[in-house]
Amino acid sequence: MSGTFLGMPSLPVFGIGNLHEHEPFPKAARRELGNTQLRANLGHATRTIRDKRLAVVSELPDWEELREAGRAIKESVMARLPELLEEFEANFTARGGTIHWARDAGEANGIVASLIRDQGADEVVKVKSMATQEIGLNEYLEEQGIAAFETDLAELIVQLDHDKPSHILVPAIHKNRSQVRDIFLREMEGVDPELTNEPARLAAAARAHLRRKFLSAKVAVSGANFALADSGTLAVVESEGNGRMCLTLPETLITVMGVEKLLPAWEDLEVFMQLLPRSSTGERMNPYTSLWTGVTPDDGPQNVHLVLLDNGRSAALADEMGRSALHCIRCSACMNVCPVYERTGGHAYGSTYPGPIGAILSPLLTGITAEENNSLPYASSLCGACYDACPVKINIPDILVHLRGEDVDSKRGKKRLPSQMDLGMKAASWALSSGKNLGLVEKALPLGRIAAGPDKKITKLPGIAAGWTQSRDIPAPPSQSFRQWWDKEHQAPAAPAASGTAAPGPKENP
Amino acid sequence: MRIALFATCIVDAMYPSTARATVSILERLGHEVIFPAGQACCGQMHVNSGYFKEALPVVANHVKAFEADEYDVAVAPSGSCVASVKHQHPMVARRCGDAGLEARAAAVGGKTYELSQLLVDVLGVTDAAAQLGSYFPHRITYHPSCHGMRLLRLGDRQLDLLRSVGGIELAELPEAEQCCGFGGTFSMKNADVSSAMLADKTANICGTGADLCAGGDASCLMHIGGGLSRQSSGVTTMHFAEILASTLENPAAVTGDVRLTTGRTAR
Repeated sequence: MSGTFLGMPSLPVFGIGNLHEHEPFPKAARRELGNTQLRANLGHATRTIRDKRLAVVSELPDWEELREAGRAIKESVMARLPELLEEFEANFTARGGTIHWARDAGEANGIVASLIRDQGADEVVKVKSMATQEIGLNEYLEEQGIAAFETDLAELIVQLDHDKPSHILVPAIHKNRSQVRDIFLREMEGVDPELTNEPARLAAAARAHLRRKFLSAKVAVSGANFALADSGTLAVVESEGNGRMCLTLPETLITVMGVEKLLPAWEDLEVFMQLLPRSSTGERMNPYTSLWTGVTPDDGPQNVHLVLLDNGRSAALADEMGRSALHCIRCSACMNVCPVYERTGGHAYGSTYPGPIGAILSPLLTGITAEENNSLPYASSLCGACYDACPVKINIPDILVHLRGEDVDSKRGKKRLPSQMDLGMKAASWALSSGKNLGLVEKALPLGRIAAGPDKKITKLPGIAAGWTQSRDIPAPPSQSFRQWWDKEHQAPAAPAASGTAAPGPKENP
Repeated sequence: MRIALFATCIVDAMYPSTARATVSILERLGHEVIFPAGQACCGQMHVNSGYFKEALPVVANHVKAFEADEYDVAVAPSGSCVASVKHQHPMVARRCGDAGLEARAAAVGGKTYELSQLLVDVLGVTDAAAQLGSYFPHRITYHPSCHGMRLLRLGDRQLDLLRSVGGIELAELPEAEQCCGFGGTFSMKNADVSSAMLADKTANICGTGADLCAGGDASCLMHIGGGLSRQSSGVTTMHFAEILASTLENPAAVTGDVRLTTGRTAR
């Protein structure tokens, strides 16, 4: 690695920013599993959203067709992304907007900061946005002396507490209302010291706090859910109306959006506006959908900017097996049905993108060889609930398996000593690649019976297998395998014929 | 019909009574069962752990073994292994650049059925008590394993077959569709999360008051049964094939928390 700039950056350009694990998933998960408040909140919240989603999805007779349409539209967008981006740029620019292209998080942050400085501003209000979290915009702006105020209620709670979101849709899912009251009392300027933990009182306190910011801010920063190539229109889908305030009140609006958010045309919104609210909040329609197309003279922001962000998306697009992860519309349905996410919460994944989609998207954006992200594809039992819930049919389990393969292959020949897993897989490959070999191994079954001892169960194993026996016994193996029994039955034609109608007899307990 | 049994490695080595029950059911229906001797394993442990190179000889062996004999359909008492044969084998061959194997694997996969699929969709079994003489006088609950449910879309086939067994009492399992936490090497690599999922599953099972939890995948049942054993719950697990094979004359025994199979039972 050279520290000197040598000209053109090498390809692919992987993503940087808040896309990384801070520690291997199993270690982070172990810590989070011990947080009983988190487990209780998450279990309750994901179950509630899960049930709501199922109810509104089952009302639509054409839900499966909608999913298929969503998948097909996204696949076609990915297949002609360069052309659609140029079409979008031409339309957005023609209507008075300005486009900025950012190769990675560093470039995007620099562009946003300089646009804010151009307005002479030192504070901005923000609409909830995954892209700006991904690039670490708030932290960067703070270093530059610019204060960024989150206006989504849950994001505000998390920001005031100097914490990180744990769910992409319900960022403060890990906090209860008493914790929220304590945060407000501690961190909110001019808050009523008599504030209780009643939701209405908490919302009123947040409202008073945010109104002051909306009316004083000159610049707003947003993300976008969709961008329509045929008109140069941007869209934000939200529930609270705080986004609408940000998008309409300040003079300058800066939007940061991943290039994959593009849709070809207005009519495509028909599909996605049915898929997104139902999949995310379990509602038929979200309360606020804001669409804006460039600048409208004397109405709304007069300086409209869009930063188009790559940050590893081109690299993900180059991965034939993994590229459909870019279809993601950030609904969070996969998280709400994931048994792993439900128990560990979002922080265990490190990245801005947690849960099943995060376990594939994060390593695809950063490259699987980014050591910090190579435990994420293993953070799944491959139960497949995420694939069934995904409104754009991203086959998350298959991509997880693909990335595991990439991880294993990237390490071949690079380790000084093979891991226990490597050795086990190699031995198993031999044993399981012929009936003869497996038959030989099965000759050792009686040894397992001896190991199991009089209790007829194995309760403690060494090495990686200790993970199994930490909570599970293994039964004593049988005295003969099925294969051995079959061979005996079928090599002695003189033996009395089995009746062919009887069931297996009583089990023997030797 | 001539039916080739794919016993699966875990049933062959650890739960032979499940394969013997499968043979017994099919023979009772008047079919001929063969056991292709070259068979070993579907290779999904390797595939799902990312060891594609090591999976390739396992996949190639399965394809070769099931091409070696003449038969009408192949059957395995496992949703997960059948899903692997049908969905993963062609993918592994493609990924390793073997187009010939890919086509052959797809052909084998096309003839392979999970046991309840074969019984219900092909052999027309709707009433186990009447058609198989199934009798199992116990209170049971049932866990639908993920791969059968989501990759093969088995729906209620296993459950409906169990419902039609004579003498049986079925208790509904709360949150049945939640994964038990097995996930192959996931249970070791992410042992804490896996154990947390298992704890919820076993609590739900014990809450039903059932004597045992039935299912269609020996691996998931070993996982759930291992947890129930560790907790000294007194509840056990059993493959649905053994419940279908159980009759009044030759009842399948429920034998404590870790069920012991000797492979020396009557056919």
